[in-house]
Amino acid sequence: MKIGVLLKQVPDSETRIKVKADGSGIETGDIKYVVNPFDEYGVEEALKLKSAKGGEVVIFSFGPKKADEAIRAALAMGADRGVRVDSAGVEGSDNYAVARVLAAAVKAEGMDIVFAGKQAIDDDSAQVPQLVAEFLDWPEVGPVEKFEMVDDTTIKVERAIGGGSKEVIQCALPAVVAAEKGLNSPRYASLPGIMKAKRKKIDVKTPDALGVPAAEMGADAALVKVTRWSPPPVRAAGKVLKGELSETIPQLVKLLHEEAKVI
Amino acid sequence: MATGILVLVEHQDGRPKKTAFELLSKATELNVGPVMAAVIGEAGLDMTAELASYGASKVFYATGDTVALPQGGPWARALQAIVQAADPQVVLAASSTIAKDIMPVVSARFKAGMASECTELSAAGDRLTARRPVYAGKAIVDVEIPQGIQFFTTRPNSFAVAEPDTSRQAEAVTVDGDIEDKDTRAKVLEVIKSESATVDLTEADRIVAAGRAIGSAENFSLMKAVAEPLGASIGASRAAVDAGYAPHDWQVGQTGKTVNPSLYIAFGISGAIQHVAGMRSSKVIVAVNKDPDAPIFQIADYGIVGDLFDAAPMMAEELKKVLG
Repeated sequence: MKIGVLLKQVPDSETRIKVKADGSGIETGDIKYVVNPFDEYGVEEALKLKSAKGGEVVIFSFGPKKADEAIRAALAMGADRGVRVDSAGVEGSDNYAVARVLAAAVKAEGMDIVFAGKQAIDDDSAQVPQLVAEFLDWPEVGPVEKFEMVDDTTIKVERAIGGGSKEVIQCALPAVVAAEKGLNSPRYASLPGIMKAKRKKIDVKTPDALGVPAAEMGADAALVKVTRWSPPPVRAAGKVLKGELSETIPQLVKLLHEEAKVI
Repeated sequence: MATGILVLVEHQDGRPKKTAFELLSKATELNVGPVMAAVIGEAGLDMTAELASYGASKVFYATGDTVALPQGGPWARALQAIVQAADPQVVLAASSTIAKDIMPVVSARFKAGMASECTELSAAGDRLTARRPVYAGKAIVDVEIPQGIQFFTTRPNSFAVAEPDTSRQAEAVTVDGDIEDKDTRAKVLEVIKSESATVDLTEADRIVAAGRAIGSAENFSLMKAVAEPLGASIGASRAAVDAGYAPHDWQVGQTGKTVNPSLYIAFGISGAIQHVAGMRSSKVIVAVNKDPDAPIFQIADYGIVGDLFDAAPMMAEELKKVLG
């Protein structure tokens, strides 16, 4: 099977994000970059599928040269090769443009299935898996907590639909499968895996070479434009109630009713 | 000429959900053109009068067997057909499971931009601008969609529900969903309803959450006792979920759910960045923790230093007394 995985390099979730004083973006100086955590579940499921069905796992990523580190991390887990669509010259591309070019890259390689994380923890849009599927004219299912192959052209997945309820969905391949936390436990790269990864291939493509004109990508061509960055509203520390619980609990309930007016 | 706001109405048992009233209220307040509603679902749905009372002047229905259950393929096609019929400037939906399935897909079909999980919307001429959190809420961005139809999903509980005006009327329009075979490549085989069918955390107005200190899945009964008089939903920290004390469904935080309640009570939760990311926009935060230095006290409106095993039962008792 030709198994694709969409992967993005993002700031680590522990990062203290600092918005620039002029509101034009965030300070990137001290940031530690990692594989988007949700994409790791995608990589792991792809590797499990490869173990079961044979074939190859190809990592697809849109990003700068630095993103090769994240692709390498997936190769170290066991993926076979990577395709990076270079963001140089088209920085600030929005979800639509990124999905367009990723779909073009996937199409050029001919995948049977593509895994993706349900969202990237930097932008939090949760759109790209759905958009890539649309541009490939494939169905998309997600966010998936359980995955299995029913037969060579059909998959069965499970996802949460709110309030504790779940849905079991059957889907024809090829499809995009967006991974949710809990789908699997991503393996750690072994030392041999890390060494092998150094010799695995990462092809770098330009949007133009994939049939997406650079002029239709980048910040200027973005359908959604970010005009300003701000820090989140400051939450000042409130009051810590003093005394025995027998006093503070009733006091709290009274405050919630009379002062905060939320009950 | 594209004009007005089309709101995707989510419904349950034949009635609009709270998020529909929230969005219709906001759309009416924004006043950038006609306010319209899109209803997709089982045959026989009639919510026109109720949707009109919250501001809809037109209600588009795409109903029937093929769209009776919310499913990505058929609902995306049906929404596409309604957008074509309604010709709006803006398409608005609460950021729910089905909206995440279909809004990006439909936006792509119209070569339109989409901004997800917005927390603020403002009028700008006959268009809207929005604000949305990024980096798990550690930064906020202002966004514009200058050309074409604008697609926005919003975080539930971001807007107030207006008083309904039952004198308002709306026109009901039937639309053919135009479902194609390829829209059924993915099919729901089964819905497994939870025993305690509750409001999803992302839509809950009150939440009682516990951290790893709860010690066991059984001990969540202490949280349920507090939640019950409040009509609150139950949440958990990642540590509690990873320890097996709570299902992932209850997880609040960066790799769990982002919630937006008017009241969030956190028992034995230290307040790590990733957890705070998921609940920082709560209107009122109450923290109960044994450790007076727990970071959560930095953002809590009210804090109590104490053992959750003592505090929770007492709080349940007090709430029952006061709220009945």
